[in-house]
This record gives sequence, C-alpha cells and structure tokens, in this order.
Amino acid sequence: MIEFIKQPWPWYFSGFMIIAVMLVLIFFGKSFGFSSNLRTMCSMAGAGKRVKFFDFEWKNQIWNLMFLVGSILGGFIATNYLSTPSPLKLSPETIKDLDQLGVRFDGGLNPSSLFSLAAMKDIKTIAILLIGGLLVGFGSRYAGGCTSGHAISGLSNLQIPSLVAVIGFFIGGLIMTFFIIPLIF
Amino acid sequence: MKYIKYIIAGTIFGIIMNKSEAVSWYRIQEMFRFQSFHMYGIIGTAVVLGIIAVRLIKKFNVKDATGSAIVFHEKDKAYTKYILGGIIFGLGWALTGACPGPMFVNLGSGYAGMAIVIIGALLGTYLYGTVKNKLPH
Repeated sequence: MIEFIKQPWPWYFSGFMIIAVMLVLIFFGKSFGFSSNLRTMCSMAGAGKRVKFFDFEWKNQIWNLMFLVGSILGGFIATNYLSTPSPLKLSPETIKDLDQLGVRFDGGLNPSSLFSLAAMKDIKTIAILLIGGLLVGFGSRYAGGCTSGHAISGLSNLQIPSLVAVIGFFIGGLIMTFFIIPLIF
Repeated sequence: MKYIKYIIAGTIFGIIMNKSEAVSWYRIQEMFRFQSFHMYGIIGTAVVLGIIAVRLIKKFNVKDATGSAIVFHEKDKAYTKYILGGIIFGLGWALTGACPGPMFVNLGSGYAGMAIVIIGALLGTYLYGTVKNKLPH
C-alpha cells in the first residue's frame, strides 16, 4: 500500500479523499472551510481591538487552526516520506506555454524560480507573491469562503451562492492567466 | 488533547493535497488553460460524492459524534459579494497557484516563498475587515 501512496494520486482517488476529510469534519460537528483561519489569525493578533469584523470568539475556531497546523505537517510528511523522485506529469502544452512566459518547468509541485528561498532575492517575485496572497485573502473573505468552503462544502450542499462564487473564481483565474500574467511575467 | 483529532485530520488533508498535486502552481495553470482533466476530475469527483453524501446525511438524519443533529448552513443570498469576491480570489489563485489551504500545505512541503503568500493573505483578510462596510455586498 505504501507504494501506492508514494505515487502521485489519480484524480478520482484524490476527489474521494477530499470528501472523506469533509465528512470527518462534519462527523466531528464542524464544517470544512479553510480560509476562515486567516480571519481567526488576524483576531488572535489583536485586530479585534481596531476592527469590529475581527472582534469575535476566535477561541471557538482553535479546532480549525489545529487542522491548519496538521496541513503543514501533512505537506512535510508527503514531501519527505511519501514521494518518488519522478517529475510531475504536466501537460506538454502547459510546459510550452509557461516556457514562453519564462517559467521553466522543473518537475516539482511549484516552480522554484518563484517559490524557493533563493527566489526571494528578487523584489519583483516577492511583490507577485505578496499581491497574489493579498487578492486571495481579500477575495475569500469578501466571497465568504474559498475553494473548500464554496467549491467543496457549498456545492455539496447545492448552494447557488457557492456556484456564483466558483464562477467568480474562474472568471478571475482566466483574466489573470490570459491577460495579466503575460503582462507581468 | 481534544484537538489531536483535528491535527490528524489536517495532516491527512495536507498529504491528500500534496499527493493529488492540487497544491501545484503548475497544475492550477494547466487547469486555467484547460490543458488537462486532472484538476477538474478532482473537484468533479469531490462535488459529486459530496452531493450524494450530504443528501444521505439529510435523508437519514445522521447524527454527529456528540449525538447532535448535523446541520448544513444555508449561504445567505446576496450575490454581489460572491461574484466580486470570487473574481478577486480567482485573480490571486491563478497568480500564486494557491488557495488558503494549499498555501500552508506548500509551506510544509518546503516552499519558503509561500510564507510571503501567507503574509499577503493575512494582509488581504485584514484589509477586507477594514473596508467591509464600504463594499457592496
């Protein structure tokens, strides 16, 4: 079984496992939504004293922060103990498109030219990551959820608002991919 | 100790997100360029199974671990925030290749640059809190 786990997982097994996690959280009496942790972290840092939005009982959200801590651990375990050295099987068209943008495919999960410690010497890279993160944080709170809260939990419960949010995710993603990334990369 | 089960669930989530490659910047680019079925397959499988599971839970009034009824919250119906917030989120998702969960999974996977993305996401969340009342919802 460990050999199976070490391979990249097929999409149907991955989708099944994501729902298994959602159901485990539901069974614990909670719900699957990751981005609310960002609000909780702002509250923990004392943002509730200045901004009303962060003035709430964040201690009720400690379980979700523990889930977050686990997710970091999971990334570490998967990378260091459950991986094979074979490169990610990215589509050749994507490799070619990204190459034209100056992002060489290096076989990892993420391009080290953008995310490695060495890449942090470049002020432009830092600006891209900071602004990108800012958009994700702002947008997920504005929309009241992210991929887990809307695309997984919300769509599972047939919520039209979640469908609208997911359509928004795609409009934004397509604008960034086809119009903005070619200008800034 | 009551939190240990959430750490374990989170750890499994992190492993899933890493092994499914859903945390991959490359995979997100591939998805937005419609050049592979991989990400659509993951999200599609999850949503179909999720719909069935939620239906069954409601139909059989399944209780949670504490014996309480499982309640699914209805999202409030004010569409401006979902579409505008969604678009802003999507812009950032395509740029960083990471939604909030994967940012942390990738940090654990050894991508130091994700710390910058996380700082950005916290700033963005804070910024939303400060301007919330001025925005159309």
